[in-house]
Amino acid sequence: MSEFDPNKAPVKRPFSLQLDLSKFEPATDAEKAQHETTRESTTFFRDGMRKLFKNPLAVGSMIVLVVILVTIIVAPMIVPYTYSGMITVNGKRDKTAKNLAPFTYSKMEQEAIDSGEKVFPHIFGTDELCRDYFIRVIYGARVSLSVGFFASLIVLIIGLLYGSIAGYAGGRTDLVMMRIVDVIYSLPDTLMVILLSVVLDQVLGQSLQGTALASIGTNMLSMFAVFGLLYWVGMARLVRGQILTIKNNEYVLAARAMGAKPSRIIRKHILPNCMSVIIISTALQIPSAIFTESFLSFIGLGVQAPMPSLGSLANAARQALQAYPYKLVFPAVGICLIVLSFNLLGDGLRDAFDPKLRK
Amino acid sequence: MSNVPLLQVKNLHTSFITDAGEVKAVNGISYNLDRGKVLGIVGESGSGKSVSAYSVMRILTDTGRVTQGEVLFNGEDILKYTPQQMQSFRGSRISMIFQDPMTCLNPVFTVGSQLREAIRIHTDRTKEQINARALEMLQLVGVNEPEKRLRQYPHELSGGMRQRVMIAMALACEPDILIADEPTTALDVTIQAQILELMQNLQKKMGMAIIMITHDLGVIADICDEIIVMYAGKVCERGTADEIFYNPRHEYTKGLIRSIPRVTEKHEKLVPIAGSPVDLLNLPKGCAFASRCECAMKICLTEQPEETWVNDSHIAACWNNVKRMYEESKGGEAR
Amino acid sequence: MSENRPLVDVRDLKEYFPVKSGMLNKMVLKAVDGVSFTIDKGETLGLVGESGCGKTTVGRTLLHLYKPTSGEVYFDGKLVTDKNIGEFRKDMQIVFQDPYSSLNPRMTVSDIIGEPLDIHHLYHNKKERAERIAELLTLVGLNSEHATRYAHEFSGGQRQRIGIARALAVNPRFIVCDEPVSALDVSIQAQIVNTFEELQQKLGIAYLFIAHDLLVVQHMSRRIAVMYLGKIVEIGSASDIINHPVHPYSQSLISAIPMPDPETARHKHRIILEGDVPSPLRMPKGCPFRTRCRFATEQCAQSCPSLTDRGNGRQVACHNM
Repeated sequence: MSEFDPNKAPVKRPFSLQLDLSKFEPATDAEKAQHETTRESTTFFRDGMRKLFKNPLAVGSMIVLVVILVTIIVAPMIVPYTYSGMITVNGKRDKTAKNLAPFTYSKMEQEAIDSGEKVFPHIFGTDELCRDYFIRVIYGARVSLSVGFFASLIVLIIGLLYGSIAGYAGGRTDLVMMRIVDVIYSLPDTLMVILLSVVLDQVLGQSLQGTALASIGTNMLSMFAVFGLLYWVGMARLVRGQILTIKNNEYVLAARAMGAKPSRIIRKHILPNCMSVIIISTALQIPSAIFTESFLSFIGLGVQAPMPSLGSLANAARQALQAYPYKLVFPAVGICLIVLSFNLLGDGLRDAFDPKLRK
Repeated sequence: MSNVPLLQVKNLHTSFITDAGEVKAVNGISYNLDRGKVLGIVGESGSGKSVSAYSVMRILTDTGRVTQGEVLFNGEDILKYTPQQMQSFRGSRISMIFQDPMTCLNPVFTVGSQLREAIRIHTDRTKEQINARALEMLQLVGVNEPEKRLRQYPHELSGGMRQRVMIAMALACEPDILIADEPTTALDVTIQAQILELMQNLQKKMGMAIIMITHDLGVIADICDEIIVMYAGKVCERGTADEIFYNPRHEYTKGLIRSIPRVTEKHEKLVPIAGSPVDLLNLPKGCAFASRCECAMKICLTEQPEETWVNDSHIAACWNNVKRMYEESKGGEAR
Repeated sequence: MSENRPLVDVRDLKEYFPVKSGMLNKMVLKAVDGVSFTIDKGETLGLVGESGCGKTTVGRTLLHLYKPTSGEVYFDGKLVTDKNIGEFRKDMQIVFQDPYSSLNPRMTVSDIIGEPLDIHHLYHNKKERAERIAELLTLVGLNSEHATRYAHEFSGGQRQRIGIARALAVNPRFIVCDEPVSALDVSIQAQIVNTFEELQQKLGIAYLFIAHDLLVVQHMSRRIAVMYLGKIVEIGSASDIINHPVHPYSQSLISAIPMPDPETARHKHRIILEGDVPSPLRMPKGCPFRTRCRFATEQCAQSCPSLTDRGNGRQVACHNM
């Protein structure tokens, strides 16, 4: 047969070989066991983390976020200025420190420096009300980040509860619950946000007077309420979809065959398996919340003055854009950095942990 | 011309680069395929049987690379073809059918338009001729009511029907080689019998060579002239169907044949192969099968067995075979 | 208490699923349409048929994982209902086809096997639980050191063993094996088949062995039931069914098995069935098989044949015999 032409295949005839027969003794079980190569044990989580840390964009954004976080926590302790008060020199209000450029000093400060005192530099300069701009940007970032976190948390809690009830119950309950979601989904969200923050501002403003919550500001609270009322629907849909797919897995059926109760099935089998997708989506929710907050603050519906937020700072800077462009640059760059880092980190998390994208 | 085999695969190596490292899916396989023959490649999942065919077709995924070796079609190395050359080569000279016909047919086009497209790419026929050819192909593969089927969408057909359409598309340009990658695995037994019968009939009628990739020894025994048994990306054994089934020389082949249940009145216990498949990420030194092999010897753990002739139509890569043949030749000398 | 009583007795089991098609049309998918069989203690009944014939649904409905539309299931003489199914969860277990989706990827092996122990409070302290898990792992041929690993670190065959160990944890008397070897490689299939057989000999468990691979089923089972479109068309001893099938469908099914033997393959006469399985939504009137049957007559279109006794424990549903 031509297909077995020996010249064309890399094979040998053994008859000419001299064999070393000692090598042809049976191998022991121990030797065989040693031969078997095993892969090192990894868990889902460890494997995901390994992938995450191999992703340069995700690692970079993590570093940026850590730097930002450390700065906004530490900076107010070091910088001797406050976000709401005028700069003071030796206890006196410094009215000359108006609209200073970065790393410059006012007349009064210059005199103080000349007389041998130390004055902390204005890293980002000052604003038109003689306030240190750096500390205002820091506080703005604080506000933006905490709005992002808490809004996402609210979205997560409501969405998770609603979605898991709809997904697990199924049938008519699911049908009704999901139609409600559809209705909320169909509302134009920007318009609703604006309307709600106007209405809630008035309603909350009166009822909160004198309570601890008042210090946060009614605008901020109404913003949380808006997130709670509108943005959970996406999360609810996601959770429901996850639960529907996981519910059909055979291990859930196996648990039922064992006699497991629904609460146990949700707790042990369903939730742990949709957790990674939920965490990823929450990580991606944060930048969108920050963005919405900045946008609302920019159009004047966000946090209350003198509390700054990156959006309101940008808005204020807009008026004197030609004279002091850096005032817009700092908060704008802040928003971009935060939002971009969260988005990249969220993408990285998804690549590393989403079971659908795993190779 | 007649001495050159239709397809020669020489020392083919294919690897996939993954997050976890290099997965060596095919580690040096060689075989020849003659005109009009049916070659079966059998092996477990991960043995590299499909990847070896994808390498021949050059349709590996982005992470896959042919790292070494030659694929000669009529003496020409198709691994050196440009992508354009390869495009016209695929489908006209070698075509392929897959395990799941649903994923290979585009759900938004009708069966007819996809079939006509397959014909149009490789020929310069007129519209009428193409239509006639499409109809003829459907009749050839035994699709009932072919005119109606041409206007239907893939989801309207049953699994067996879709596989027939796939075969019609693959054979539309009368290729020299048809590579069938587990064509019946997703089908039921009775439908599998239909498709196998069809492939045998078409092979006789059109005279193309078939490379049949499957894990099912029953399918292999049914239609193949020659068989290659693969394990961990290497050829364990290759030979005619009778040689492989009645005179297996590699311990893995022996184990495979022993582990299939047989129809007997007496209840015999199955003899399984112990252990689990190898991890392709870190292949062991010596023979990849050694740790699961009952007859493993010291040499098996340290040196890779070479492909050795058993007789004119049978090659095995197993140290036990080398030992046996050595002993036989010594015995012959002593006598 | 009679000794002759079967362990599992299924009588006229039906499982219909509502299917929506179009806006208002509601159709009924008759996945299982009147199936009856019995399984004795320590016996294996093989259930074969093509995909979509309802064999998996039989197994799941039997365990009340789906609520049966009608029909009764008796376990050891007691009627199993939705209310009292909890009592039977310890006696009846299931092993699934897909060793990947049947094990929770977030749980360690000891959690997976320990779950039924937790649910039924089958231990007094942590040590006892760990010992039982180690014992189960050894029983199915796994290393007890594997308990702390996650399921995805194992190969298909090993995962299937974990699934078996989980089913065995409650000491069941009956296990539904739902295509337990179909997703495995040939060499591993034999390992798992042997494991099932050894467990049966050791523990006296009865199996309902569902599979589409007739070679495996005839090897495992004492009796075989052949299903087609939700109905059992033939039931009898394994060797009778394999060597002398009576129903035309069983005949063609058995002749279609690809034999791993070139000699037999060369001389075998295959009965090739024409056409495809009809959709269970548009079931033909009369005998469901008549559209593909070589012997179909007028009578077959009129009425559906019921299972009738042909002696030797064999029952066939066909008009033409």
